[in-house]
Amino acid sequence: MDDWLIAIIKVVCIWVWVLLIAVVMTWVERRGAGLIQDRPGPNRAGPWGLFQPLADGIKLFTKEEIIPTKARKILYILGPLLFSLPAFSAYAVVPFGDKIILGGKEIILQVSDVNIGFLFILAIGSMGVYGVILGGWGSTNKYSILGGLRSTAQMVSYEVPLGLALLAIVFVYGTFSLRDISLAQQGTFLGFLPNWGIFKQPLGFILFIVAAYAEANRVPFDLPEAESEIVSGYHTEYGSMRLGLYLFGEYVNLVTISGVIVALYFGSWHMPYIDLGAYLGPISWGIVSFCIFFLKVSFFLWMFVWVRWTLPRFRYDQVMGLGWRGLIPLALFNIFITALFIQLTV
Amino acid sequence: MNQNPTSQTSYESDNYVTINIGPSHPSMHGTLRIITMTDGETIVKAEPDIGYLHRGVEKLGESLTYHQFIPITDRLNYCSAIPNNVSYEMAVEKLMGVEVPEKAQLIRVIMMELARIADHQVCIGILGVDLGAFTPFFYLIIQREEIYEIFEWFNGARLTNTFGRIGGVDADLPDDFEERWEELKPNVRKANDETEKLLTHNRIWMDRTIGISAFSAEDALNRGFTGPCLRACGVKRDLRIDEPYCMYDKFKFEVPVGKNGDVFDRYIVRMIEMEESLKIIDQAYKLYKEMPSDAPLMARVPKVIKPPAGEVYSALESPNGELGFFVKSNGSANPYRIRIRPPCYMMFQALPELVKGEMVADLIACISSLNIIAGELDR
Repeated sequence: MDDWLIAIIKVVCIWVWVLLIAVVMTWVERRGAGLIQDRPGPNRAGPWGLFQPLADGIKLFTKEEIIPTKARKILYILGPLLFSLPAFSAYAVVPFGDKIILGGKEIILQVSDVNIGFLFILAIGSMGVYGVILGGWGSTNKYSILGGLRSTAQMVSYEVPLGLALLAIVFVYGTFSLRDISLAQQGTFLGFLPNWGIFKQPLGFILFIVAAYAEANRVPFDLPEAESEIVSGYHTEYGSMRLGLYLFGEYVNLVTISGVIVALYFGSWHMPYIDLGAYLGPISWGIVSFCIFFLKVSFFLWMFVWVRWTLPRFRYDQVMGLGWRGLIPLALFNIFITALFIQLTV
Repeated sequence: MNQNPTSQTSYESDNYVTINIGPSHPSMHGTLRIITMTDGETIVKAEPDIGYLHRGVEKLGESLTYHQFIPITDRLNYCSAIPNNVSYEMAVEKLMGVEVPEKAQLIRVIMMELARIADHQVCIGILGVDLGAFTPFFYLIIQREEIYEIFEWFNGARLTNTFGRIGGVDADLPDDFEERWEELKPNVRKANDETEKLLTHNRIWMDRTIGISAFSAEDALNRGFTGPCLRACGVKRDLRIDEPYCMYDKFKFEVPVGKNGDVFDRYIVRMIEMEESLKIIDQAYKLYKEMPSDAPLMARVPKVIKPPAGEVYSALESPNGELGFFVKSNGSANPYRIRIRPPCYMMFQALPELVKGEMVADLIACISSLNIIAGELDR
């Protein structure tokens, strides 16, 4: 009974938490754009414009829902749902802290520590592409179809290097579970380097982050919604909260991706060189580990904003070229090197 | 699919998709329309369809007096109204045989070059936005805003300046021009530097612009290209040097020339031209300061302009290229006929050739880099 209760509380908490970060992210994105572009950004609603996402939410909810007459109705309605549901569920296997001991009961700070960890993320992440394709196809708009087409090709292609980069991580840590990988990143190796994924898999990290940007449809890979070319891509025909779901799902995806990057490559909740867990009580360590993890995630969330307002956009064929000719051979090379290294040393 | 009998059936094919881009589309600067036939994302055929911003500007001129037409010329290339005004004024002055005082000419040069900088800033900024790089646009537009401040404080208008009068200019430069100019100059340079840092050597930017919609010098000349787009093709033609007007022969400046005539060259040519414009303004202001403060600003022209019967064509190097006005007079107070030669009309004609075989994303880059302004195109 207790287990059930804890599980439900964790699910609700993490759901609200991810939602909250995504909401704040929409604000950070625009204020960050303002910061980078020498302008204030939205600053009218509430202190520093913090209520802007709320105002946007109210606007999206109260807008009239329109289904274009020629749209394929079922697909059109299904699109945003299929996009946002996987986005929300993918975070389930990503940890958000070490563990907390309450009343003699050990609670790990992760909704579910599945032993297939990021296979689950890959699988659920791939589901998101259906939302984009169906939305684009269901709209019966040429721009939408082009957007859907682009995103299909892009997301399917970039899943390959993403998966291959993760495979190298499995070689190193010998497990699929994100919690086990996080635990293994404590301490140092070679005497001075923190035991983090990025130091053991530098190439793998670069591959992963590039592929992750493409998976998230972010600049420089935001072709599916390249507004200067195909208006808004797959969500051209969407309005009101259906559009909101698409936009929102994208930010939730960012949170998940940042969480995965931190858990796999940036030492999860560990501080470099210091094992804080040894000095702190079980409850305070739980809170501190959560804070450390969150700080690292915030950095990567900010990086998404930073890159978005710095780089131009790729062209469709250039994205494909980079994926198939650049990333995939490199990822295979990375796997080969990793395997060779492990074979020789272990 | 489309059962409308008026639709252009030649575009429908089993293998190709017709995509109608514009007239309302985020990157169709104003109201351009391009009907493209695409194979996947590759453009098989692109056909521009113009006239969505046609306001009958030329016809309007026939029922207005010569001076009343100046505000209408603001609405041609609304990114840089001043060269339009001056070009028209020069045409009427040529028809009347009026010699404009040197001081007025220098004020015209200063203002026109400021407008050139503003125009190039917008063009490059929008090119960045169309290629997905938003930030340079803001760096440039903030400085353009400063230039507009100077315009506003010169004659009260920011966008539609209605600058000058036939026979000269109506007002002298304000007293603190030098202060403002010295403040503006480094900021413009800084914004340009920042833009260059973000774009010029950026790998993605290079991939997106180099070799895109390249045009040979011969084709460009045949098509009637002028301005930065022609110079990007490697033809060193600039009316400011080849057919000097407004004392341009007294200033030392370089005319940048590209090589391939692609989007990248057009971008670079514009970047360098901005720097050269800054130099021209410096020289012009130096000459201006040497003038006596009571030097005339207007030639002696009658209150009601009635040029002698005849016709004249006069052109100047506007930021976009050769902007010409053909004015025909029958001796009355209204022009008999006004005809405008906008630079981007000729360049828009070449669009089908420029984008053939490129991708949809390149089409957008091509239009931005040609700097097609609908107000000037459709008139």
